[in-house]
Amino acid sequence: MKIDLTETTSSKINQALISARRDIGSPAVGMVLTLVIVTDEENAYDALKAANDSSREHPSRIIVVIKRVSRSPRARRDARLDAEIRVGSDAGSGETVVLRLHGELANHAQSVVLPLLLPDAPVVAWWPEDAPADPAKDPLGALAQRRITDTYSAEHPLDELSVRAATYRPGDTDLAWTRITPWRSMLAAALDQQPAQVISATVEGESDNPSCELLAMWLADRLGVPVERTLSGGPGLTAVRLETKNGVIVLDRPDGSLATLCMAGQPDRAVALKRRETAELLAEELRRLDPDNIYESTVKFGVERLGGPTEASSVGSGQKRQEPAGAAAPAAKKAAAKKAASK
Amino acid sequence: MSGVPGANPLRDAQDRRLPRIAGPSGLVIFGVTGDLSRKKLMPAVYDLANRGLLPPGFSLIGFARRDWEDEDFAQVVHDAVKEHSRTPFREEVWQQLSQGMRFVQGNFDDDDAFETLRSTIEELDKAQGTGGNFAFYLSVPPKFFPKVVQQLKKHGLADQKEGSWRRAVIEKPFGHDLGSAQELNQLVHDVFPPNEVFRIDHYLGKETVQNILALRFANTMWEPIWNRSYVDHVQITMAEDIGIGGRAGYYDGIGAARDVIQNHLLQLLALTAMEEPGSFHPKALVAEKLKVLTAVELPEDLGSHTVRGQYTHAWQGGQEVPGYLEEDGIDPKSKTDTFAAIKLTINNRRWAGVPFYLRTGKRLGRRVTEIAVVFKRAPYLPFESGATEELGGNALVIRVQPDEGVTVRFGSKVPGTSMEVRDVTMDFAYGESFTESSPEAYERLILDVLLGDANLFPRHQEVELSWNILDPIEEYWDKHGKPARYAAGTWGPAEADDMLARDGRSWRRP
Repeated sequence: MKIDLTETTSSKINQALISARRDIGSPAVGMVLTLVIVTDEENAYDALKAANDSSREHPSRIIVVIKRVSRSPRARRDARLDAEIRVGSDAGSGETVVLRLHGELANHAQSVVLPLLLPDAPVVAWWPEDAPADPAKDPLGALAQRRITDTYSAEHPLDELSVRAATYRPGDTDLAWTRITPWRSMLAAALDQQPAQVISATVEGESDNPSCELLAMWLADRLGVPVERTLSGGPGLTAVRLETKNGVIVLDRPDGSLATLCMAGQPDRAVALKRRETAELLAEELRRLDPDNIYESTVKFGVERLGGPTEASSVGSGQKRQEPAGAAAPAAKKAAAKKAASK
Repeated sequence: MSGVPGANPLRDAQDRRLPRIAGPSGLVIFGVTGDLSRKKLMPAVYDLANRGLLPPGFSLIGFARRDWEDEDFAQVVHDAVKEHSRTPFREEVWQQLSQGMRFVQGNFDDDDAFETLRSTIEELDKAQGTGGNFAFYLSVPPKFFPKVVQQLKKHGLADQKEGSWRRAVIEKPFGHDLGSAQELNQLVHDVFPPNEVFRIDHYLGKETVQNILALRFANTMWEPIWNRSYVDHVQITMAEDIGIGGRAGYYDGIGAARDVIQNHLLQLLALTAMEEPGSFHPKALVAEKLKVLTAVELPEDLGSHTVRGQYTHAWQGGQEVPGYLEEDGIDPKSKTDTFAAIKLTINNRRWAGVPFYLRTGKRLGRRVTEIAVVFKRAPYLPFESGATEELGGNALVIRVQPDEGVTVRFGSKVPGTSMEVRDVTMDFAYGESFTESSPEAYERLILDVLLGDANLFPRHQEVELSWNILDPIEEYWDKHGKPARYAAGTWGPAEADDMLARDGRSWRRP
């Protein structure tokens, strides 16, 4: 069921939501959170589709805030709110409100969104692109317990990572970080199986992919060893190599879906490591709404301490050994102190 | 950080994104051609792999009589997974899994086959790095249990070697009375140490059942009223709308009470009634469950507080269905119960005097499992007479399946000029919104077996205590009378309604 409201207000939208729900005969709502998507007309469709898919796992009220560009002084003066309400089968398992903010109103989005938040339920803000420099201080971000950005979509991903680190507040998180969960989990499992001290590490992946830097920083931060970042043609991350005292552990994924785990003294094994859709990333993100301290510690490690990527692509094949160059200094102590301070 | 020697520096308790992945291991399924294996076990293994919860190199060995090659077996698993898995089929996940699939052909008394099984396991340890860790899933009829277990012992497959484990997974029935259960436990424990034996009660793997613990022990609002001062009685129902289908050979002589009450319903009772455990450590949890099961007491007059029934030929939901005695392979004089209802009390401070009514049956109104905690009526109602006529007791209903969720029933004013109070319900729907992603019970249970986490598995003491509760009732039924009749598709025999009416109560219609 779809309802279009033009030149409307938040309270009219609320009324329309209630009557729409009554019309389809489901007065009880089991929604667990409000997801605010801040985007433009261009990205709204894909973002909403991903959010609807993930709402099967997290039934939510999805509010899409679209700030319309005003191209004339008159249009800028004419502040107007249009809304599109979707409930029932058109809205995944929740409710969707698409807000279009015209003119001056685009600068006061929070005034529209605040009355539409579900009572007593967490609020998550998501910027698929063009996230504000300081999400927690953004008027819409300030309403949310959890703020999701995506450095992957930024013009200069590595600079963006530094910005995220500088403005980090508990509750911030980034989809570039979410993307590497399966890698992290597989590497942790590999070390479970072969608990050997790691001497150095190499992360190989396409350029301009901040997930590679995040994974490298995570390894450097956790292991306190030099981590080298090397470039390959992708797709995405292609390999991670850990030098341990018992030999080498290589996780190699040349094709973006099936990886091979090679460990010294053990047979090579296939591991499914498919690149995931945005909906899956979002669903993982919504599973926990508490601050992600590991992300904090990782992003604050500092991308500049990785010492820039080097051109090479022999990590995956595991033939030629890379000497760590431009290595990050062991940082165990400092990171530990930082973590203690952030508790 | 990397300070603690031996600890994995990449793991951190705060890093809750990282899932619990099972260590290197493999699963051997006996009776792999059966229904359960195709519809539940294989899809569950695939779904686990798809969620990234299985270790790289995880191996699956099928053992059955069929004359199959590894490829045939892989094809069967492939089809089963495509048809029944919860998560979408992905080629790369399948490739990861299929590398470790093997099939061993043989009978359970075939020594060669078990030798082949042993060499297959050794081969997998080398090729897949399973590290000697294997779980043996006995998805076989109970009469083959002893044979398989003894064969495992004879061929050294159950030997626990340093640094690796061998586990046994067994399905109900865990015996048919106390004596046989003890015998079975002895037999299995003779081969596998008790903490390496996992008894599957798939109900305990269900999200809603685990949610009972969250509901009770994570909230403050229920605890103060969760006792005899406020609770009038508790009804635990597990109804099925199907008949016995092709299970005549197993079902006849066993009956509903042994099939369902002994395991599922008494487990639900234990979770509903137990005290708060000190922690969710398996030992703490089992200690509380044992305590409450020990405190269960049977009514003195078993004749008037227990009922058994048999369904008869009738029309059910638009279909004509045969009565139990007309089913294929059933002795027309059979006294087996297809419906059982019993009343229990729990002798402790919290529950003294609060009856727990348990009922189960086949060919009932619809398929439903629920726990209803029914509260006492308000001691005084300051309304005009007639205003509260339609008001029942408040109730908290935990819907276990289908449509998982929690319902609260309470009184509310009917809109209008007069004061009239009527029951309304407030719903939390788990099923509606979470089904697509909430894992199947078998997924959780298989993962727990591989991780060695015994929390969701009934221990042998629990099984024995449950038989202790049920045995006297079965003995009484053996000696007295015969099952009451109920038409298929109804909510059981009139005698069951009378049983509650004697206490001044009535069954909920679930």
